[in-house]
Amino acid sequence: MGSQPRLIEVRKNVLKQNDMTARALREQFRAAGVFVVSLVSSPGSGKTMFLEKTLTRLRQSYRVAALVGDLATENDAVRLARSQAPVKQITTGTLCHLEAAMVQHALEGWDLHNLDFLFIENVGNLVCPSSYDLGEDLRLVLISVTEGEDKPLKYPTIFNSADVAVVTKMDLAAAVEFDWHSAHGNIQAVRPGMAVFKLSAKTGDGMDEYLSFLATRLARLRELAAV
Amino acid sequence: MHELSIAMSIVEMAQEEAEQRGDVHISAVHLKLGALAGVVKESLLSSYEMACEDTALSGSRLVIEEIPVVVFCPKCKAQRALSSLQLFCCAECGTATSEIVQGREIEVTALEIQEWAHNPV
Repeated sequence: MGSQPRLIEVRKNVLKQNDMTARALREQFRAAGVFVVSLVSSPGSGKTMFLEKTLTRLRQSYRVAALVGDLATENDAVRLARSQAPVKQITTGTLCHLEAAMVQHALEGWDLHNLDFLFIENVGNLVCPSSYDLGEDLRLVLISVTEGEDKPLKYPTIFNSADVAVVTKMDLAAAVEFDWHSAHGNIQAVRPGMAVFKLSAKTGDGMDEYLSFLATRLARLRELAAV
Repeated sequence: MHELSIAMSIVEMAQEEAEQRGDVHISAVHLKLGALAGVVKESLLSSYEMACEDTALSGSRLVIEEIPVVVFCPKCKAQRALSSLQLFCCAECGTATSEIVQGREIEVTALEIQEWAHNPV
């Protein structure tokens, strides 16, 4: 058998490959002037409806497109096509999250210069997507009032990695006795200072504030690029 | 369950490293795992065993060092350990903070290797 074992130092980030691809994507997005939002949520939180309404509303003033990650079906892409924005499905098979290379591959052939906003809908999962940078400008975590106020405390890692939170299905808040202050407090506990919007994608209540937030962020991105 | 793909990256990384150093046998891989990395230690350990099967790392150990979250407190102007993942604030003065100094890492830090002195088995 061999000699005595010895320890050699390595220091290598295991997600280096993904981080490098994400960095390349971010540079590509920056050069094209497109603002990229990724969406993470639990399954069933209403992510597809929320995205459909977002695309439909933004399309009135902006050029928008979306990539959607789904385990096996194309149902989400079919639903989102109703917004008439370009939508492409990334079928992840059994993979529980999107990786930067999948985004890069899905974008082949797209001219990003023709876009103002690109949305990337991750697989419905509040655990696995947190570790993977997709090159996005903004990571949006979505929760619905039916999931309970303590969701942020149960999944602190993903909430902490997000840049903005949206609480949706507010039209059902009274029916499920949703406590907004408690939910807001829990979000602030795991990610102090994070912007939080409450809305109903279905009725449209609260959508204006959230959409103007996105518009402001796009304008800021363009200003910085112009300097 | 993204631990398997993480485990496979670790195995791949270790194999590359071993090849660069000539024909060495890896008996253990040391990994730093942050509390905010979004990876479950137990799941990673069993995934690692699976990922090693039929590779040169078969039978090797994964040694995980768990890294607690450290934040920067803007009031104390100092680095502080986080007492709970459910409450991002300074453990000393209670000031809320999102500035993370450490705790997200998934990093291979070292390999335990053995040079083949005789014929490799």
